[in-house]
Amino acid sequence: MDNARTAQAASIVPVPASKPREARLIVTDAEKLKVVDLSAFYRGKVALRNINLNIAANQVTAIIGPSGCGKSTLVRCLNRMHEVQSGNHAEGQVWLDGEDIYAPGVDPVQIRRRIGMVFQKATPFPTMSIEDNVTAGLRLNNRRMGRAERDRIVERSLRQAALWDEVKDKLRDPGISLSGGQQQRLCIARALAVEPEVLLMDEPCSALDPISTARIEELIVELKASYTIVLVTHNMQQAARASDYTAFLLNGDLIEFGETNQIFTNPSRRETEEYITGRFG
Amino acid sequence: MEASRKLSAPAQPQVAQEIVQPAAKPRRRLVPSFLGDRLFRSLTGFLALLVVLLLIGFAVVLCMQSRLSLARFGFSFFTGTNWDPVNEEFGALPFVYGTLVTSAIALLIAVPLSLGVALCMVEMLPQWIAGRIGFLVELLAAIPSVVYGLWGIFVLGPWLRDHVDPVLGRYLGFLPIFQGPHIAVSLLTAGVLLSIMIIPYITAVCTEVFRVVPQTQREAALALGATRWEMVRMAVIPYGYSGVVGAIILGLGRALGETIAVAMVIGNRAEIAASLFMPSSTLASVIANEFTEATGDLYLSALVELGLVLMLLAVLLNAAARALVLGVVGGQGEGR
Amino acid sequence: MRTAPRKERPYLYRKFKSNLMMGLTCAATLLTLLPLFLVLAYLVSKGFTSLNFAFFTHLPKPVGEPGGGMANAIVGTFELIGLASLIGVPIGIGAGLYLNEYGGAFSAPARFAADVLIGMPSIVVGIFAYAIIVRPMRSFSALAGGFALGIIMIPLVTRTTEEMVRLVPQELREAALALGVTRWRTTVSVVVRTAAAGIATGVILAIARVAGETAPLLFTAFSNRFWARGLREPIASLTVQVYTYAISPFADWQRQAWAGALVLTAIVLALELGVRWITRGRLKPLR
Repeated sequence: MDNARTAQAASIVPVPASKPREARLIVTDAEKLKVVDLSAFYRGKVALRNINLNIAANQVTAIIGPSGCGKSTLVRCLNRMHEVQSGNHAEGQVWLDGEDIYAPGVDPVQIRRRIGMVFQKATPFPTMSIEDNVTAGLRLNNRRMGRAERDRIVERSLRQAALWDEVKDKLRDPGISLSGGQQQRLCIARALAVEPEVLLMDEPCSALDPISTARIEELIVELKASYTIVLVTHNMQQAARASDYTAFLLNGDLIEFGETNQIFTNPSRRETEEYITGRFG
Repeated sequence: MEASRKLSAPAQPQVAQEIVQPAAKPRRRLVPSFLGDRLFRSLTGFLALLVVLLLIGFAVVLCMQSRLSLARFGFSFFTGTNWDPVNEEFGALPFVYGTLVTSAIALLIAVPLSLGVALCMVEMLPQWIAGRIGFLVELLAAIPSVVYGLWGIFVLGPWLRDHVDPVLGRYLGFLPIFQGPHIAVSLLTAGVLLSIMIIPYITAVCTEVFRVVPQTQREAALALGATRWEMVRMAVIPYGYSGVVGAIILGLGRALGETIAVAMVIGNRAEIAASLFMPSSTLASVIANEFTEATGDLYLSALVELGLVLMLLAVLLNAAARALVLGVVGGQGEGR
Repeated sequence: MRTAPRKERPYLYRKFKSNLMMGLTCAATLLTLLPLFLVLAYLVSKGFTSLNFAFFTHLPKPVGEPGGGMANAIVGTFELIGLASLIGVPIGIGAGLYLNEYGGAFSAPARFAADVLIGMPSIVVGIFAYAIIVRPMRSFSALAGGFALGIIMIPLVTRTTEEMVRLVPQELREAALALGVTRWRTTVSVVVRTAAAGIATGVILAIARVAGETAPLLFTAFSNRFWARGLREPIASLTVQVYTYAISPFADWQRQAWAGALVLTAIVLALELGVRWITRGRLKPLR
């Protein structure tokens, strides 16, 4: 069984044979993203050390850890957003369906269209209306849309983000007129409108009230039918509720990775146990 | 069994067909994204480079255009007192003198007033009224200098001649600078007019400098039992000292370079007059007055050299002021 | 009080001194604002009485003849502003964007150069424009005047653009980049669009500043008693006209100088007050 799975994984993602594999073998689903020996640097300082991780397709993978452990950096490395800030760079490989997004000649802009991202702070574009926000990613990529297609995309994305019913009568209002939780769902809709394959969510609920948080957690679970989701959170309950797999990071190292159930009920590493039982972090 | 079911899942994620449109696949771009980025970066970078080249261009052009005069007179250009276009004899000392004297008068009046206004706005007045006063002071800088000049000719100059010159002459007449006939167009008029024009600049920078003095500094002084003025002396001014010096230098730079208002009220005489009541000229005013009439290359070249001096002074003073003010105000709104 | 042998000043004295000094700062404020009101008062009283319909519609009369107006100078000022904006606005905005969005090798020198250029005496800019344009073309021209004013605008627009663009939160840029938008498109469509009001304010303030410039026009645009027939001809401007009339010995010209000064100040203050009111103190002026 194990061998078969390894073979399957290998057929999807050609990994150099010399790399150690055990850390990656836990995932039992088809992989969408495969992180191989990824290290990230922040102004010369190491933020992540040799991360190996598989992200399962159509599942929610949570990344947890105390603040400053590199979980945001990791998720930003997955669509090459890490390097956007000057002085940052990353080394290693991240395979997306058999293509290394860090290979020379790969256009990060194309990668980001396939791997969308939602940030901690809701960031609707202040000069744009709700519907313009939703279609921003498409319009700014010079996608020509007819009125009908545009309406269809707006409705579809807002429905997916569970925001349609609340805003369908005020699509022309500015995006920043919405409440915090609505703004965050608008940002999710905006990310979904470009039809990414993977959705990265960097602490999407940390600025939200409990009701909005619950709403977004439900949404995450709904969305995994269509998207592969990576969820960074400092909230362990959230990881337990919403995710299928969990990775625990500490000081830039991947300490443990496994099915969420197992991580939370029977962690194999002492650090993980101490963290999830609240002894530090 | 569970695992094998998952295994049989296709490598591509099961995109829910009913919601995701078929156009989902990444489209090929006509132009790779990095090309547009590189183009845009080069374009804006070129424009930024243009700003640098502009400054260099100023230096090169002014040096080139004044080379005749530079070669002919050398340093004696600045020691010569005779400015005689007819005989092609050019000594700039009278203009240097006029510039220094008018600027000195301007600073003498503007610095205490500006400090007063800045302290009043920061330490005395509530925010909302201070904002309004700051706005009015800024308006002082918005009025075109030719309007100040006009007002100087017809209002300020005559008023100073009739009301200030006699008083100064009566009580301070033993000083040579306050002797002689009273003339409306004079060093004094130009200096006073300049002071009005540079107050907004000095005030704006001083206000900004005083505003960044940490509240804790003030509270520490007050906690020692200081009065409000002692607090200003102990905490506010020392903390912002170099910023205030920078503001003054900035004001000086403005005063040196101000042209048209000065040209209108200074009388334009190429002489070193001991009395402040007498007409004179500044570096800038003589350029404004004589440039279009300058016949002959050497004459023009000498005038350009005056401009070169002005430019060098402006660059030096601005660089110094910038360094001093940045030292206090820090990265706020400047640099990164 | 007697029991304190130290040289400590009595409290009442200190209190008095403090109140005196702080009172003096208020006096300084009033004294500083006095010229503003005086200048405006004279402008209005002398300017309004000298204004008439002919001032806006007629050309200047020959030396010494009464009557006439400044129609060509008013139009000329706007023409020069237009030319200056064509040079100053694109270069300034582009350079400002570079300074904040890319910050490459010459951003520090460019920032320094812009700061120094802001403090450059405008008469020096006039000499520069004279050497670059008037001399080769062998003629004073509107082109040279617009060039000189444009050069004055460049650093002003550069620095305000940089300042305004810096206020755009980094998150917005990242949000756009994460949507797979290219960097330059992010800059143009998100950053500039978000900062557009501030950038426009900076541009208008720069225009207000150059509209009042006289010195750089004296030997670039020069002046013209008639309508300029092209950009290669000398052109009249309000500022130069006011200057010429103000220092002339003719009462009627001096009267018109006041009228011109009033119109000029009205234009400049309308621009300044307009944008200040719109932005309500969110923008520091750069001068």
